[in-house]
Amino acid sequence: MAIDSKKTRQSKSSVTRRSFMVGVAGLTFSLVEAGRIGASATTVRNKNITVTPWVAISTDGSVHIMSPAAEMGQGSLTSLPLILAEELDADWTKVKIVPAPPIQAIYGNPGFGGMMYTAGSAAVRGYYKPLRLFGAQVRRVLIENAAKKWGVPVEELTTEPGVVIHARSGRRFGYGEIAAFAELPAKAPDIKDSELKKPGEFRLIGKDVMRVELPSKVDGTAQYSIDVQLPRMLYGAITRAPVEGSSLQRVDDAAAQRIRGVIKLVSLPHGVGVIAETPEAAFAAKEALKITWSRDGKAWGFSSEKGIEVNAVIARNLAQPGVDWEKVGDAAAAFQQADSVYSAEYHCDYAYHAQMEPLNAVALVPTSGGAAEIWCGTQSQFMAVEATAKALGITPDKVKLHDMLLGGGFGRRGHRDEEFIVDAVLLANETRGRPVKTMWTREDDVRNGRFRPLTAHFLRAGFDKSGKLVAWHHRHAGDGITAFQDPVFFEMAKRRDVIAMRGMEASPYEIPNRHGEFLQNDSGIRTSALRGVGVGPNKFAVEAFIDELAAKRGIDPVVFRLDLLKNVPRARAVVDKVTQMSDWRRKRNGRGLGFAYMDYTGTHVATVAEVTVNPKDGEIRVHDIWTALDCGIAVQPDNVVAQTESCIVYGLGLALSERITVANGEVQESNFYDYQVPRMRDIPDIHVELVATPNNPTGVGQMATPGVAPAISNAVAAATGVRLRHMPMTPERVLRALKT
Amino acid sequence: MAIAFDLNGKRVSIEVLPDTRLLWAIREHLKLTGTKFGCGAGLCGACTVHVDGSRAFSCQITVQEVAGKSVTTIEGLSPQGQHPVQKAWLAENVPQCGYCQSGQIMAAADLLAKNRRPSRAEIVEHMSTNICRCGTYPRIVRAIERAAREG
Repeated sequence: MAIDSKKTRQSKSSVTRRSFMVGVAGLTFSLVEAGRIGASATTVRNKNITVTPWVAISTDGSVHIMSPAAEMGQGSLTSLPLILAEELDADWTKVKIVPAPPIQAIYGNPGFGGMMYTAGSAAVRGYYKPLRLFGAQVRRVLIENAAKKWGVPVEELTTEPGVVIHARSGRRFGYGEIAAFAELPAKAPDIKDSELKKPGEFRLIGKDVMRVELPSKVDGTAQYSIDVQLPRMLYGAITRAPVEGSSLQRVDDAAAQRIRGVIKLVSLPHGVGVIAETPEAAFAAKEALKITWSRDGKAWGFSSEKGIEVNAVIARNLAQPGVDWEKVGDAAAAFQQADSVYSAEYHCDYAYHAQMEPLNAVALVPTSGGAAEIWCGTQSQFMAVEATAKALGITPDKVKLHDMLLGGGFGRRGHRDEEFIVDAVLLANETRGRPVKTMWTREDDVRNGRFRPLTAHFLRAGFDKSGKLVAWHHRHAGDGITAFQDPVFFEMAKRRDVIAMRGMEASPYEIPNRHGEFLQNDSGIRTSALRGVGVGPNKFAVEAFIDELAAKRGIDPVVFRLDLLKNVPRARAVVDKVTQMSDWRRKRNGRGLGFAYMDYTGTHVATVAEVTVNPKDGEIRVHDIWTALDCGIAVQPDNVVAQTESCIVYGLGLALSERITVANGEVQESNFYDYQVPRMRDIPDIHVELVATPNNPTGVGQMATPGVAPAISNAVAAATGVRLRHMPMTPERVLRALKT
Repeated sequence: MAIAFDLNGKRVSIEVLPDTRLLWAIREHLKLTGTKFGCGAGLCGACTVHVDGSRAFSCQITVQEVAGKSVTTIEGLSPQGQHPVQKAWLAENVPQCGYCQSGQIMAAADLLAKNRRPSRAEIVEHMSTNICRCGTYPRIVRAIERAAREG
């Protein structure tokens, strides 16, 4: 198994269809001309057979498998081809992984609206079934060819990795040998679900293999777009308007023009670009620009400090209806009849992705114009191509995409406008014939950030006379995300802001009357999905509030939750597991334990945090975090653990220190000194266990992030009796809470 | 004016402004891109290299400052990625997005060169200069302990 790192996706498909049919799940199965699939198969000197656009088998036995997802550290580049290889019964050492070209009709994720889009922790979840089917179909074609050649019934043949076997005669054909004579059927064979492997027969799924690109990530050879080197390449830098929606009014570029190596200064609607011979010249020229901006951006005058109060007023105002997310029973009536009603409010500040590779892209527009070549790390290959085409007024087929590794994504690289790629394209269009590498500085990355929104949550709960929780109401007021991030998807979702609303629900807690509603209050600040999306803020509120309710009733918070999860065995299993892991019932001297549980799009996660609070400086010290997680079948178990550890560290920063403040419409932070992400010294001991169930796999890339903040808030309450309701829970906020 | 220094054991000479950061000289003038740009401010450690055997943030030193000195980057740490730290990094499946890992590995190699059996506290102290946004810290600790053990 290897990755052909020199090969990159191209938008012009070399797939030539000889016959074509629509297969299951809307994905296509087609026969393609031998040796014409993807880039790498063309270079193999042996004859290839290509059975679907997903697989090519060469006569030397190598098996090329397409990987449709972006690789940003989550491991999909390995785990998706591995799922196909499992049912194909391929020899993993002979698998070569090829990034799929941006053809949505073939490679789009059936679990993500058919889009070629790596987000929502949806890659394994969405592709699992179709990839197994494709693998099984190819295996069947190989078996049928061997049966015909040997003149034996198909039923007598079996496979071992890379080999078809006729046990009765002791004959064997390597897959490569079959490729030399195979004839392909006009139609993909039918495979019934019952003919797929049983989990006990898996050779790859559930067994850890090394992620294919890991060796390149320890010797410096891994290629991100920022690493691209091309002949005669120039460097671009860009100053964008400090307030979204403002535009360039006047620029004094005299000092910038004088800097040696500066080639061109470019006025753009949203800023000023610099093109130079070296990066140092480009950045120096950018610093030397004196720019006056128009004051017409919507966010002018906006401050996050005041904004949160405005959102809170909206959230509390029951007379103002929102967009429903969850509506079960009749919450309004249940509150009227309730014996006791409790309410509480929670706030979340803006937060920034801080992926380690500052946004950048390389672009080349030929001298004649009318086409472009781009090198970028993107969560959506087709959006990168479309945004480039739109910027240049050309058709997407004129754009050639080189799909690079991502130095972190976390939601930042999947916006419909792909503005950081377009920056590079617009500058390259000014120096046609010479490629331009356009890099944002870290300061640009922070100030031009697109943030997890500023949100206020008002929650109410009603109990009946017997003490049963019968009514639930969650009102979330904030900027919203989807309409800004992806207007096309927003329309597809019938103008429901699903990215911001996800996680508002109280389910799977069994409460008979529930209402969750979202109130958009657009401040004009740029927003984005960020690891955990709406689930982060929403579950911070939900899980802290549940804890407050348990305390009001004088019931242990785990017992209180288990009572509401009586009929959800998978939930109970992770709750039980994490209470065991953390020894939940053991009293800790001076320390507090806090709990959180959620069902995040089918993945069940329970988390316990153990903390102490320093009453002098307000610092929360997190000593241990335990997480139990059930994602169904873990395709790569150690990678699931790694992703969960990663989620926890990310959640820790969001919980305790990460905060973007906006004053007068401008982002105040600029680098890692004033936007503090966790370092090694901030990390607790992290304990992760997987609860294995035979369910179809669900996501893991962000599922353990949202539980960290409520678990910590609940632990602080247990340790001090003081409830923290504003994320991040900074020392100043802790001190303020301790005093009141 | 040309400035000369040793890069991964070979003498190089480049024509840049003397105050050009070593990071850009290595990455964009000499095309060794394993050393990464993360913050440009000495805050994240993605650009960590060794200068005369000790770690340094290449975004914070100028080419002039390394004139005549010896610079090692991730590409020069070992011939085939076989440095004990690199082997341990793979054994513990450390990298995720991988972007910070050259810097992490260079910082860890620097630690072990000076302290063959660092304590957990010493590892945490030394490595807290380097940010990993994927949060691979628990695995970095394990990998350093493994490299110290198996070195």
